[in-house]
Parts: sequence; C-alpha cells; structure tokens
Amino acid sequence: MGAMNMIVCVKQVIDPEAPPASFKIDPATGKVVPPPGVSPVIDPYGEYAVEAALRVKDAQGGKITAISLGVKQLRDVVKKPLSMGADELVLLEDEAYDEGDSWSTAYALAMAIKKIGEYDIIFCGREASDWNAGQVGSGIAEILGLPSVTLAKTIDITDAKAKVERITADGYEVVEVLLPALITVSNELGEPRYPTIKGIMAAKKKDPIIWTPADLGVEPDQIGEAGRRAKMLKLFQPVHEGKVEIIEGESPEESAANLALKLRGAKIL
Amino acid sequence: MAEYKGVMAYCEVTDGKLGAIGTELLGGGRKLADDLGEELTAVLVGSGVGGLAQEAIAFGAEKVYVVDDPLLKDYQTDSYVVVMEKVVKQVMPRVLMLGQTTIGRDLVPRLAFRLNTAASLDCLELSIDPDSKALLQTKPVYGGNAYAVFTTEYYPQIVTVRVKAMSPLERDDSRKGEIINIEAGLDPSAIRTKVLDKVVEEVEGIKLEDAPVVVSGGRGIGSGDGFKQLEELAKLLKGAVGASRPPCDNAWVPAGLQVGLTGKIVSPELYIAVALSGSSQHMSGCSGSKNIVAINKDPEANIVKQARFAVIGDWKKILPAFTEKVKELLAG
Repeated sequence: MGAMNMIVCVKQVIDPEAPPASFKIDPATGKVVPPPGVSPVIDPYGEYAVEAALRVKDAQGGKITAISLGVKQLRDVVKKPLSMGADELVLLEDEAYDEGDSWSTAYALAMAIKKIGEYDIIFCGREASDWNAGQVGSGIAEILGLPSVTLAKTIDITDAKAKVERITADGYEVVEVLLPALITVSNELGEPRYPTIKGIMAAKKKDPIIWTPADLGVEPDQIGEAGRRAKMLKLFQPVHEGKVEIIEGESPEESAANLALKLRGAKIL
Repeated sequence: MAEYKGVMAYCEVTDGKLGAIGTELLGGGRKLADDLGEELTAVLVGSGVGGLAQEAIAFGAEKVYVVDDPLLKDYQTDSYVVVMEKVVKQVMPRVLMLGQTTIGRDLVPRLAFRLNTAASLDCLELSIDPDSKALLQTKPVYGGNAYAVFTTEYYPQIVTVRVKAMSPLERDDSRKGEIINIEAGLDPSAIRTKVLDKVVEEVEGIKLEDAPVVVSGGRGIGSGDGFKQLEELAKLLKGAVGASRPPCDNAWVPAGLQVGLTGKIVSPELYIAVALSGSSQHMSGCSGSKNIVAINKDPEANIVKQARFAVIGDWKKILPAFTEKVKELLAG
C-alpha cells in the first residue's frame, strides 16, 4: 500500500488541564487571561489528530505536515507534532489571522492546504479545547470540496479508501470514504504518543515554514477578525453558588460511614 | 430579496420513532417563534419517515417538511447536507435548530459553510434580541470554564442545541398542521461515503444518561481493576458507572463511560466522583447533577469545590467503608 501524504491542523491553546480556579476573564478586555506560570500547549484534540496521522505513517509510510494558525506561537509548543514524528511544520503567524471564527480560520487553513497542494488525508481534532466550536475541520473540507468523516476513533487505509470507525451515541459505525478526504479525530483514538528524545532533537533543528496572508494570496478582510461571520457579544464565567460540606471522622473509614449517614439524612440515599 | 422567516426544528428519527430531541427543539422553538411572531416548522429527513409528520405536529410544528428517500436510510454527510441545503433554499427559515447529536455535530458545520452562514454548536440557551431580532446563542467554551453569547448577521442562523436543554410542549394530537413533501433529488454518485456497519456497544444495566445515580472514577483510580469497586457501589445504588477522560484514554474502562463535554452529559440525583479532579471539561458533563459528592485526597481539587459533600482522603480506604455503610443502611 502506498505511502500517505498527510496534513494535520493543530493550534496553540491555554492548557485545558490548568486548574479551573486559574481561569480568569479580564473585565477590561473581555478576553481570557493566560494563567501565570502555566505553559500553553498544543490543543489536545489536535494532538489526537497528529497521533492518527502517525499511526498511518507507522502502517504504510508517508509524510506528515502540521499546520498551526495563531499569533505569539511558542516554538517549543508548536513544534510538538515534529517531536512526535511529523515531518514539516507550517505556521500561519500574522496578526491578520488572529481573532477569527470558524469561518475565517477554516478559510485561511484551507488556502494553506491548497498551497501545500499534494495530500491524501487531512486530519483535524473534532473541536478545540478553547472555543469548542467543532467546525473548522468540516469547514475546511467544504471549502476544498472534500468528503469528510467526523469523530473518528480508528482509521484504516486500503486502496485509496479510508475505513473509519466513527463514534455514535450508542457505539460506533464503520464508514468508508474515498481519498482524498478530511477526517476529524476524537479522543477515543487513544492516548497520543510521547515525543522521543530523538524527535525532540530533530524538532529543535527544524525551521518552521512561515506563510503570511500574502504568501497564501488571501485578502486580509477574508481572514482573522475581519473575516468573521459570527460575533461574540459576551464572554462570562458561570457563578458557582453553594459551599461544600466536608464530612470528617476519626479515620477514613469513619468519615466514609458519616458520609453515608449524611446522605441518608438528606434523603439523597 | 426574499426574507428568511420562521423557526425550523430538525426532528431526528431513530429506530422508526420521533426522537425526544426533536420534541425538545419544537418546545424551545415555540418560544423563539412567538418572540419573532413567526411560524414554527419541523423537518424530517430519512427513509420511511413520512408517517411521523403527524406526531411532529402534535408536538407543536405548524408545518412539517418531509424528505423521504431510500438513499437517506442511513445518515451520511454528503446526502443529508445536499437535502438540507435544498430544504433551506425552499423554506428560508430565519432560525434552523438541530440537536447536538452525532448527526447535528456533523451536518451543521458543513451545511453552514455551504450556505455561507454561521453556526454555533452545543447551545444551552437561545433567545431573540428584542431590538435586532437576531438569535442570541449561548454555549459553553473553554471546556465549560466560561459561556459565550454569539450572534450572526448571516442567514439562516443555524444552531445545535444540547440534548435536554429545552423542554417539549405537551403532546396534543388535536393540533392541526400542514405536511409538505420535498423530493430528495439525490445523485447517488455524489455520495462519497458508505456506511459499512453499525455497532451498538451494549452497556450492562442502566444507561448512563438515564441513571438516577452515577459513580464516576478519575485518573486516581489507577487501573481497570480499581473500577470494580465503583461497579459494586453503582449496582448497589441501582446506578451506572462513569469516568473522566484519563481512565478511558488508558482503556481502564470502555470509552462509552466518559462523562464530559465531548462524552456523555448526565444529570442524576446523585453523582459520586471518586479520585477525579473535576476538570471543567468533565464538570460540563456532570454539573447538571442534583447532588455531587466527592471522594478525593486533594482538598483543593475542583470537584471538591463544586460538590455538595466531600470526604478528603484515600479513596481506597474510603470507598469500601462507604459501600459497606450504604449496604447496611439500605438493608435496615
């Protein structure tokens, strides 16, 4: 079976594993304040997408190009796909790309993919951990006129077709799609691999390819904030009412028994 | 240029029945339609679904558009997007609502891009702005750490709504409505996917989304074996076992047990979270619970802050003793 030419879309985000208590919205700007001392990361679903591509590369060889759109992208962070085993990194890094919505972001990424030219599969995460929009992958497929399969947990390639197990409400379905295609990946794929020392060293030496809007031939008013079709009117944190009651005891076992009694008393048990 | 008018609810048909989600969308849609002073309609897409149109009317649809074709038997992106594009171009609804389901998540982004409009997925609340008449779309972001309100000047305004976020109207079989058939007009060669198989992963006992009690484990459980104790407690309480993402990613439990923003959304009477930190992504899945109880060694864990009751300590010592006491209390 032939080697696969693959593209993976990733992005840098605030670490979603940072303690919820550290999440703050700046009242002046209405924007999220990156928690101090917490390094940004590659969005986890994008990582699953990289892992999906690496598994195909393991099985039949090929090349993986990661694309990341954003501003102030830390090289240590956005090079993670390279250190995991991807071959190239393209950065869409320019103010003009920033503050976009699903539409303007998908459009920029689609134009970058067009510029790359050759591909068999495009992998994206099912949604990103910051905006949880869940649209960019399908949007890129629509712009490029490609078939798409979402929520993939396994991908098998044979004869220019991908056989995808796709998550459903009560299990999964097996969908066959003609390549080239776009596939969005879900965490049910399984834990992504850790970078290897060899991978990290190789990534350090690799220079990312950087494309400006002019390189892509897109007008600034089609991308980023200027290209938005959806407007965000408000961003706010839900207020949690209520205080926890800590149930205690002389020993863990006694605390446990007291908890049961407390729940009984509150008519919850 | 013709105006977009009316609120349309996409009513899914599952196993030959009108799914609850459609009735919920009609219930929520009714309020939006009233605020707009416009019509509430439903759309049914599939094969052999025409017979359910009357039921959609009973749940509040003034008109039901039916696209019935053997090629639509299984949901596939290419066929359903083409059909919905046709429906939208004919009916021109101001607002189009789908459920945040396997179908909604897949169909809406593709359809929105095809129609050159904007969509929001997983809306918890929808309302009509009294001045602009725009649809205000509230949805969780940052894994549930925050909520955002979106709007758009493009039409139709398309959303997916979280299951159980809205309530159906009282079923009224005396309601009258119009049923309009629309030809699918599909070109089979334009469908680029094929559904080879559908696998239902049977869960023993009660379904997670329906369980009155959920006993959930997190990374701290450490192994599949550890989950056996949670199973014992869940069985005792006639509930179901859930998990956060790490146990699923590590294959300690089946992925179907994942409670969270991209897993199952549950709202039981009692949610017992064992050795689970309570990331916002996870809390999005269980914050609808009536009572959250946390067993955790970390008093600063987010789950402890969100819980009604908590015991701080080693779950390996606490859980067995808790289960014993529960056994005793239930027997007595």
